[in-house]
Order: sequence, then structure tokens, then C-alpha cells
Amino acid sequence: MKLLVCISKTPDTTAKISFVENNTAFNTDGVQYIMNPYDEWYALVRAIELKEAAGGTVTVINVGPASNDIVIRKALAIGADDAVRIDTDPTSSMDTASQIANYAKDQNFDIIFTGKETIDYNGAEVAGMIAAMLDLPFVSFASKLDQDGDSFKVTRDIEGGIEEIGIQGPFVVSAAKGLAEQRIPNMRGIMMAKRKPMNIIPPVTVENHVTVDDYTLPVEKAGVKMIDPENMDELVRLLKEEAKVI
Amino acid sequence: MSVLVFAETQNNKIKKSSFEPIGYGRKLADLMGVECQAIIVGTAENASDAGLYGAQSVIHVNHGASVNFDCINYSKIICSVAKEKGAKVIVFSHSSSGKGLAAYVATKLSAGIVSGVNSLPTVEGQVLKVSKSVFSGKASANFSIDSEIKVITLAGNTIKPDSGGTPATIEQMEIVLDAPKMNVLSTKRQEGTVPLPEAELVVSAGRGMKDPANWNIIEDLAKTIGATTACSRPVADTGWRPHHEHVGQTGVAIRPNLYIAIGISGAIQHLAGVNNSKTIVVINKDPEAPFFKAADYGVLGDLFDVVPRLTEALKKLES
Ligand SMILES: Cc1cc2nc3c(=O)[nH]c(=O)nc-3n(C[C@H](O)[C@H](O)[C@H](O)COP(=O)(O)OP(=O)(O)OC[C@H]3O[C@@H](n4cnc5c(N)ncnc54)[C@H](O)[C@@H]3O)c2cc1C
Ligand SMILES: Nc1ncnc2c1ncn2[C@@H]1O[C@H](COP(=O)(O)O)[C@@H](O)[C@H]1O
Repeated sequence: MKLLVCISKTPDTTAKISFVENNTAFNTDGVQYIMNPYDEWYALVRAIELKEAAGGTVTVINVGPASNDIVIRKALAIGADDAVRIDTDPTSSMDTASQIANYAKDQNFDIIFTGKETIDYNGAEVAGMIAAMLDLPFVSFASKLDQDGDSFKVTRDIEGGIEEIGIQGPFVVSAAKGLAEQRIPNMRGIMMAKRKPMNIIPPVTVENHVTVDDYTLPVEKAGVKMIDPENMDELVRLLKEEAKVI
Repeated sequence: MSVLVFAETQNNKIKKSSFEPIGYGRKLADLMGVECQAIIVGTAENASDAGLYGAQSVIHVNHGASVNFDCINYSKIICSVAKEKGAKVIVFSHSSSGKGLAAYVATKLSAGIVSGVNSLPTVEGQVLKVSKSVFSGKASANFSIDSEIKVITLAGNTIKPDSGGTPATIEQMEIVLDAPKMNVLSTKRQEGTVPLPEAELVVSAGRGMKDPANWNIIEDLAKTIGATTACSRPVADTGWRPHHEHVGQTGVAIRPNLYIAIGISGAIQHLAGVNNSKTIVVINKDPEAPFFKAADYGVLGDLFDVVPRLTEALKKLES
């Protein structure tokens, strides 16, 4: 099986968020970056498990500058066979997806994995875009994916429940919680990662229609109003009359 | 020219959660001086209700039972309608199916897309300006979309749907589709409760509950106000509660009108999924619990005393 896993880099949730240049640019100073959890814990690990069971290769791909090599190396240490980095700082999800689709179009991957969404922008856009560009079916938010003869059984999250579907490759799938168990890279994996191939590929030109003008910080909460635990009638009154939520 | 809103259906009805994007689409259409049209795929007995919430017409594509929800065919339907009606903006719900479909459609139409929009947009000539919450709710990003056609998905609980309109006229359309590339083998939905991403009222509990057997007080409270129940991640991980209840960075992200957090410390990864809630009530016995900083109302006390008391107070209100 020939598998492609799209991996991205995001600020850690605990990172302090601030902006520079009149709130038009994200301040990267001192920000701790991680591999996007949905990509690392679920998409990548499930792809590696499928390969371990049925043979084949797992390629990871990232669209980003050289500073992303650190997360790519981690993916190789966890067990991917080789890596591709498209050397550009993407300007939008459409840019990211176009770069990945352009690379994947003549590679005959059986499954292209992404994470459910990145935890910084929560776009959940890239996977559907890649599928549309390659005219492939797209299964969103998979929490289970098993080979079933020459096809696959996938369980995906739908509103208020789950749905099991049958599908044949090739297809694009985005990974949600439950698809696999997180793997921590071991020493041997880290050593081997250093010798695994990483191909740096120049980007194609993509027309961009979405730009971030600026960022705003949320209005500070007025501060918490403490309610006497003996007086829940007061809380109910405030929820009804002040917050108007019940 | 129009603003086209994709109305999701379930059990042969427009979903309640789809009335909000319809109302939003109408507000946007009025700003742009165009018509607001809803598109419905499949059967919807209440199709004309789209009008009550703001749609000026409904385009109904009844594909029969032959097509499962799959992006290829749904996107083909939406793109054909968008082209025929000269759609300028297409609005989807920011839901499990809406998100993926929106990205697929946007790509096919070379449209710029922003997903998870959470306020009314402004229109400046050809440019649409929208905002969404980013970095786990620690900031908002303000976007410009300048493509000919624009696509957005709308985060739930952004505007209050208003049902003061008139029933819409329904136009039937036929679209020829290919056989779907995936088959639905089975579907499981929790019946009876509003799914978390759509819930307006949420009662959530964490490790402070000590034992899954104690959840009856949470369920009583939730039932009293018709709220959906949620939980913190360790609670779902240890199997105390089902996984679909897990909210936070790695679980479901929600933005209800009311979030009541009981025995949850308020770790940043938990807050990431809930801090867009309009009103947050925190019940915790530790005055240092970080959740109090994110709360509107706080109750410092033992949840086993406070929760039943709150349920009683709410019951008094109901009767
Ligand atoms: C990468 C990553 C992702 C994560 N994603 C998520 C996520 O999506 N969602 C999530 O929830 N967590 C997530 N976590 C875990 C998160 O960091 C916290 O560990 C978790 O939210 C804590 O759960 P809790 O508040 O239920 O438990 P605890 O932190 O143990 O808090 C229990 C609280 O209950 C209070 N309490 C105890 N007894 C009582 C009583 N009798 N009356 C009143 N109050 C009482 C205590 O004072 C305490 O504040 C993630 C962590 C990491 C590292
Ligand atoms: N720069 C990138 N390079 C490679 N894959 C990416 C990149 N950005 C996003 N992705 C993939 O697309 C998924 C969804 O991202 P998004 O649509 O931005 O929420 C992520 O989980 C990744 O798998």
C-alpha cells in the first residue's frame, strides 16, 4: 500500500499568543511549536499500522519552510519511510492543498491522510480541497479505518453520531480522535530518521483569494461573579435576567 | 444573483441547526442587495419553513435514495445550482458534513473559503470581510475574501434565528449524478438529545465527580433545562463517559449560550474547546482552579451539595 500523510506544524495550545506589526502578524518569538496532534497521533500512526499489517510505504508531506524540518524528522522517527517538503510558507489552505495535490497527482497513492484540522486555525479545509483537486472521494473525521479485502471500512463522525462506510482506494481521509493510539518515537527511530530521505521540492504558483487583514484579541471577561453556594436561586436569577441564557 | 445556503436535512426534515445559517444568509443577502436562496438535497417535509427563517426561495434537489452523503455528488449538486443561480456567496453550517463539503465546493468553484465564521460579515465592493476565532479562542482573525464566488461555514450560535418570515416557494431541480464512490453500511445516532456541537445549553463534568456512578446529579441538572451533557478528557479516556462527550482541544469544540462546568479544573486544553461559550458557570471547591478566571459566574463549594441545589432552584423556575 502506498500511503501519504500530510503533516503540519502548529503552536502548542499552551503557547502565549501575541501579534506584531499593528496586529497584522503573529508573533513567533518564543513560541513552542509541535506537530499538529491530529496528524501525529492519529493520521500518521494509523498509516504506519496499515503499512505494518499489509506492507507498503508511508510518505509524509509538509508545505512549509526549512524550519519545519524538525516536525518532519519527528514523523520519520515515529515510523514514516520518507518525507517531502514543498518549500514555501503557504498563504492559505488553498495554497497548501494545491501544493500537496500537485505533488500527489501522478504518484498513485492508495490513501492520502490528513488530520481532522489544525489546532491553530481549525480550518478542516485542506483534506476536502486535495480530494476535490484530485477528483477523489473524501471521508471526513475518521475514527476507525480497517482494510477489508480490496476495500476499506471507515467509521466517521457525523452530527450526533457515527457512520460506517465502505470505500475503495484511492481516497482522501481526515483523521479524528480514536483512529490510533499515539506513539512516542524511540531512540532507534530517532537515529534511523536521520538517514531517511527528505525531498525538498519547489512550490507551484497558486492564486490566493483569502488574506488575513489583522487579528483582534478577545475582550477580557468582566471578571467572575462569585455566588454564595447556599443561594442557587440567585444564580438562576442571574442566568435568567442578566445573562438571559435560560 | 444570490446568497446560497446549504440546508442540511435529517429524518426527512431541515435540521433545526440549519435555520441559523439561513437567517445569516438572509442578513448577508440584504447587505449585498441580492436574494437569499436555500438549497435542500433529499427529502424535507418542512422545506417551505426555510422561508420563515429568511430564505426567499428554496431550490429542492430530490435525488431519491440513490445517493449517500458523499462530497463528490453533493458538491456536483451545489456547484450546478450555484452556477445556474449566479451565487455570489455560499453558506454552510460549520458541522461534520458542512466543513468537508464546503472545502470541496470552494475548490471546484475556485472560491476563497473561510470556515468557522462567527460574526456578521461586512461587504466592501467585491470583498467580503469575515472573522473567526483562532489559536484556541485566544484571538480572532479578520479575513478578506476577494474571489468571484465566496464560501463560508458558519459556527453555531453566531446569530439568533428569527422565524418571523413567510413560507418560501419551492423550485424543483433535477441533476444527473454518478454512482456514489462510498456506501453507508450503518449509522448510529444518539436519539433524544441535541448533539453537542449544536447544543445551546451544556452541562459538563470532570474528574471532580470521583466516580461514574455519581453522574445522576449531572443528568438531573441537564434534564431540568434540556441541556446536553459533556465531560473533560480524562473522564472520557477512563471510560467514565462516552467519547463523543469529550470537549476541548482534542475533543469537540462548542460555543453554547450556557456552559456549566462542574468539577473541571479548567486546563488550557479544556478551555480551548469551550471558551467561546457565551456564558460560563464554574462549580469547583478549589478557589485556585484556573477555570474561575474564564468564568462569568463562579460557585465555590462541594459539587455534591451545589449541583442538587442548583437543580432544585431551576425546577422552581420551570414550575
Ligand atoms: C495535548 C493535550 C490535549 C488535551 N486535550 C484535552 C481536551 O480536549 N479536553 C480536556 O478536557 N482535557 C484535555 N487535556 C487534559 C487537560 O490538560 C487536563 O488534564 C484535563 O482537562 C483535566 O480534567 P479535569 O478538569 O476533569 O480533572 P482535574 O484536573 O483533576 O480537575 C478536577 C477538578 O475538580 C475539582 N473538584 C474535585 N472534587 C470536587 C468536589 N467535590 N466539588 C467541586 N469540585 C471538585 C478540583 O478542584 C479540580 O479543579 C489535554 C492535555 C494535553 C496534554
Ligand atoms: N502546511 C501543511 N503541510 C502539510 N499538510 C498540512 C499543512 N497544513 C495543513 N495540513 C494538513 O491538513 C489538515 C487540516 O488542516 P486545516 O484544513 O488547515 O485545518 C492538517 O491536519 C494536516 O494534515
